[in-house]
Amino acid sequence: MTLILNPNASPLLRGHAMTVQSPDDTAHTPVIHTTVPQGHGSAPVGEAKIKARGVKVFYGEKQALFDVDLDIPGKSVTAFIGPSGCGKSTFLRCINRMNDTIPSARVEGSIEIDGADVNLKSVDPVVLRSRVGMVFQKPNPFPKTIFENVAYGPRIHGLASRKDELEAVVESSLKKAGLWNEVADRLHQPGTGLSGGQQQRLVIARAIAVSPEVILMDEPCSALDPIATAKIEELIDELRTQFCIVIVTHSMAQAARVSQRTAFFHLGKLVESGPTEEMFTNPRDSRTQDYITGRFG
Amino acid sequence: MLTWLSLLVLALFSGVAFAAGRRRAVASAGGRSRVLHSLPNYYGTYAALWAGVPAALLLLLGAAFGGRIEDAVLQSSRPAAVQALEPDRQAVFYSDAHAIAAKQPPSEVTYEGELKAALDAKVAEAKRIGTVLNVGMLAGAGVLALAGFLLAFPRISTEFRARNRVEGWIGVLLIGCSVAAVLTTLGIVLSLVWESWRFFQSVNPLSFLFGTEWSPQIAMRADQVASAGAFGAVPLFAGTFLIMLIAMLVAAPVGLYSAIYLSEYANRTVRGVVKPLLEILAGVPTVVYGFFAALTVGPLFRAGFNAIGAALPPGPIAQYLMEVQNQMALVAGVVMGIMLIPFVSSLSDDIINAVPQSLRDGSYAMGATKSETVKKVVLPAALPGIMAAMLLAVSRAVGETMIVTMAAGLQAKLTANPLDTVTTVTVQIVTLLTGDQEFDSPKTLSAFGLGLTLFVVTLTLNIIALRIVQKYREQYD
Amino acid sequence: MTDATFGAAAPRQALTAADARLKKRHAAELRFKAQGIAAIVVALIFLVVLVGRIVAQGYTTFESHTLSVPVYLNPDRIDTSDLSGVNYDYIVAEAVMKKLGVQDDDLGTVSTKVQDLVSRDFGFQLLNKLKADPKLIGQTVEVHGPLKADADLYFKGEIKRSTAEGDRKLDNQQLDWLDKLKKTGAITSGFNFAFFTNSDSTEPEQAGVLGAVVGSAMMLIITALIAVPVGVLAATYLEEFAPKNRWTDIIEVNINNLAAVPSIVYGLLGLALFINWLNVPRSSPLVGGLVLALMALPTVIIATRSALKAVPPSIREAALGVGASKTQTVFHHVLPLAMPGVMTGAILSLAHALGETAPLLMIGMVSFVPGVPEGFTGAATVLPVQVFIWENASERAFHERTAAAIIVLLVFMIVMNAAAVILRRRFERRW
Repeated sequence: MTLILNPNASPLLRGHAMTVQSPDDTAHTPVIHTTVPQGHGSAPVGEAKIKARGVKVFYGEKQALFDVDLDIPGKSVTAFIGPSGCGKSTFLRCINRMNDTIPSARVEGSIEIDGADVNLKSVDPVVLRSRVGMVFQKPNPFPKTIFENVAYGPRIHGLASRKDELEAVVESSLKKAGLWNEVADRLHQPGTGLSGGQQQRLVIARAIAVSPEVILMDEPCSALDPIATAKIEELIDELRTQFCIVIVTHSMAQAARVSQRTAFFHLGKLVESGPTEEMFTNPRDSRTQDYITGRFG
Repeated sequence: MLTWLSLLVLALFSGVAFAAGRRRAVASAGGRSRVLHSLPNYYGTYAALWAGVPAALLLLLGAAFGGRIEDAVLQSSRPAAVQALEPDRQAVFYSDAHAIAAKQPPSEVTYEGELKAALDAKVAEAKRIGTVLNVGMLAGAGVLALAGFLLAFPRISTEFRARNRVEGWIGVLLIGCSVAAVLTTLGIVLSLVWESWRFFQSVNPLSFLFGTEWSPQIAMRADQVASAGAFGAVPLFAGTFLIMLIAMLVAAPVGLYSAIYLSEYANRTVRGVVKPLLEILAGVPTVVYGFFAALTVGPLFRAGFNAIGAALPPGPIAQYLMEVQNQMALVAGVVMGIMLIPFVSSLSDDIINAVPQSLRDGSYAMGATKSETVKKVVLPAALPGIMAAMLLAVSRAVGETMIVTMAAGLQAKLTANPLDTVTTVTVQIVTLLTGDQEFDSPKTLSAFGLGLTLFVVTLTLNIIALRIVQKYREQYD
Repeated sequence: MTDATFGAAAPRQALTAADARLKKRHAAELRFKAQGIAAIVVALIFLVVLVGRIVAQGYTTFESHTLSVPVYLNPDRIDTSDLSGVNYDYIVAEAVMKKLGVQDDDLGTVSTKVQDLVSRDFGFQLLNKLKADPKLIGQTVEVHGPLKADADLYFKGEIKRSTAEGDRKLDNQQLDWLDKLKKTGAITSGFNFAFFTNSDSTEPEQAGVLGAVVGSAMMLIITALIAVPVGVLAATYLEEFAPKNRWTDIIEVNINNLAAVPSIVYGLLGLALFINWLNVPRSSPLVGGLVLALMALPTVIIATRSALKAVPPSIREAALGVGASKTQTVFHHVLPLAMPGVMTGAILSLAHALGETAPLLMIGMVSFVPGVPEGFTGAATVLPVQVFIWENASERAFHERTAAAIIVLLVFMIVMNAAAVILRRRFERRW
């Protein structure tokens, strides 16, 4: 079932298209469009940020995803829900081609980010992943200092190399991730010394540091306590004004809290997707209804 | 021979005890074994254990220590003629007495007159002692066996918890086996320290550890001018260190890079082929490497350097190169490095695989290439473990014997030149103990001093390395 | 708010755009990968060169040349009262000279030169024949035996006519005789069975590995009988029964360290403890087996412990739930399930022990042992020590034999390792 855009469905989903002009236009021809929300939540009008068509994933002989068609708007939060093993993480990982790291995985179909298909052979995953960031279920800061963790991305992509540049990037990212106040005085201590919630925010800062357009989050709070979870959800709400966020969650309550759109997966198929409010109050498919009311999963 | 025979008889007796015990157990239950606490076989085993084990222990102790007891008694009374001999001649005398009594070939010394009479007397005494010991042991074993059986047999009844008792015996056996491992360490430390202590009676430990001249000559007879051999081990340490360094220069990069490729890049088929091949390299005995070094690499390198020397303009360097020998430190070092490659590779492979995949995923998700991930995330995370692996490899290199014995030389030189002939600690241990020397001279005891030093150094390296690996594993569990 | 917040942030590119920096990163990636491949290739080249050289040096041993000659047992030269004192070598030389059609001169130089070509084994064969049947005196018997080492080397191309006569071991006349005997069919070549049926000898052509192989086998039996039961039982105790406290931790550290102690230290231990204190006979399979058992013990313990750890706790719980005692659980359920891993570890430890040399040198195995060891307390030698002893010998012929002995040793090790791998593949369970 494809997503039907209904700009009046929720005041949260509104926006309009705008082209980004890069300051130094001589060498590069911008071919991307981004959507920018106006105020607190606006409906996307026109192009969706991410468009998936006919996506199938195979692990060896076993098919894990069956023909997923989905549009994901920019500068908002889209949640994937569904029982375990339904393929939501698999689909998430297709967006930044993390499934490439699994030798037996095979992806078919197209996933377009701003009109460019990421599944083409000509696309370099390295470049793709500098534009699509990822946060994992279990916080995985590198065994380096906090500073080095955040500086890693800008360093390898050549976004900043001088000391002052790096310091600026690190400070800005940590501030955006809401961690700066807590770690400003111990930037050169190991990232692994932080609490679980702090580590996850560090990882988010690390992802933000390369200024991606999309941030993918794979059950980011399932390893955290409720207080840390609340902080992360707050952060997600702030970040959605700048980034397209896709979050996989097994908690429907969380999906209801943070997302503007929700997609329900079951047994490798996309069953239904739509504005969050609608999905939870008036789902169209009976399977969605059953899942939401706790009949299974 | 006697021991084997008596052990056989004992085994048969135990078998009888087993059958008797079992029968009694079944009988006491009136033929219905369901009523018994344990299975009937346990009762039989209980009886057999009590009958057989104490007696067997006595027999084995007798076999192990009988010789010493005999010697001690023999040497407790010394005839005047024997006392007049020098200590080493006395030792030969007693071992001859022992040998003749045991119908083994004695030494080549001929005895006459008073000494011969004393020898005959001692031989007769030795035979007497031997008979007494044997009779005593057999009698003791018989008494123990019977007593054990009589102790165990009446206990057998329906309620008797035979299985628990037998399992108790098994427990003792298990603990005994575990103690064996501890005892080995104790044995190593004690024997090395004991013999080294005797060595350090004649040679100052400080001059041993810090002296720079190694020429272990000892006056053979008491009246020779005591050219007190120089036992300064520093040239040996230097030789060991030089060869170890060359070996690590070969093994560390090749081993580490091959481990990185195998764990991060290689697919299953490549891994499936290369890993067994590397294991073959690891399984080759070191004596084979030594042969390879002595007969292939040595002449090859020598010919190579000679050729380089011939090609250079004449001068001291060219002259030197044309005169290098087969037994360069470089040869032994390179071959030892080849030997260590699979060791370093497999340890590093384990360490790298232990780095959690989540770290790699985090790096890939940031848009890093594989080599960037390896160099900036995986290797730094694995660094403690890899350091530990290198330390273990160093420890192996230091303790290696056969390659250096066959490929390095015997000249104790204090040098940093890889083209020089050097000797190592292990080579000297072998040389000192495989010649014809009597056991007690400082020359042969110095081998134990060297052995103790070697043990301490390798133990320290191993402990540090294993601790690092332990802490590192805990970090990721 | 736009994304262009950082000062010098580079403009974002299309997904397919490649810039110089990216190219450099990918180039670095390829270089890194190439370095890894290079390392593996280097290691494999070493392996190939090592094995190749040894096989090349040793395979010629497996061919040997046999001389067949009718020997007239001249009654004038044989003193029936002292058969052992007869100069059989001369009698044999006479027979060969007859075959060649040459005569000895007054000084006996011809017969001496002929004796240089023929192994002393001929003489021993004659002696044994006469001892068995003295009536052979005066008759002519057909004797087959090996050529002396240098003559054999000539046929293998190691001694060449192109070398100056003074630099060779055999002069031109001797080479001519050899050619003549070959042409007449008196000298034939065949598989060198003697290498496998003889023990060590001072004459290279009579030297074989039988004594060493038997010695190795006897020693391994003792090592296996001691190290495997003690090691498995110790590991069982430490893993299943022992309480987890400081002492067991210390024991575990202790065992890990023992596994890494240099083998020569075990030799020193054996020398001090077994030979000097317990008076076990030097250079016997018994003392060798004891020393190697101590050396193999820690590795057997470590391998058994990890095999036991791999058995899931649910098995133990199931057995206890049925009412088995702890001991019964371990011996009826856990240990049998861990057996494949245990056996693999045991075989690998024994394979390692087979190749050990240094500790055995310490306990006196450097001596020349001309036969098969008599019993477990007789003097013996083992294959790796035999290799070591022969390597020091100066005759050319011993070089090829040393390499051949290494080939035999490597074959044994490969067989044992392959057995361990097959065992592991066939029987190991993946829980």
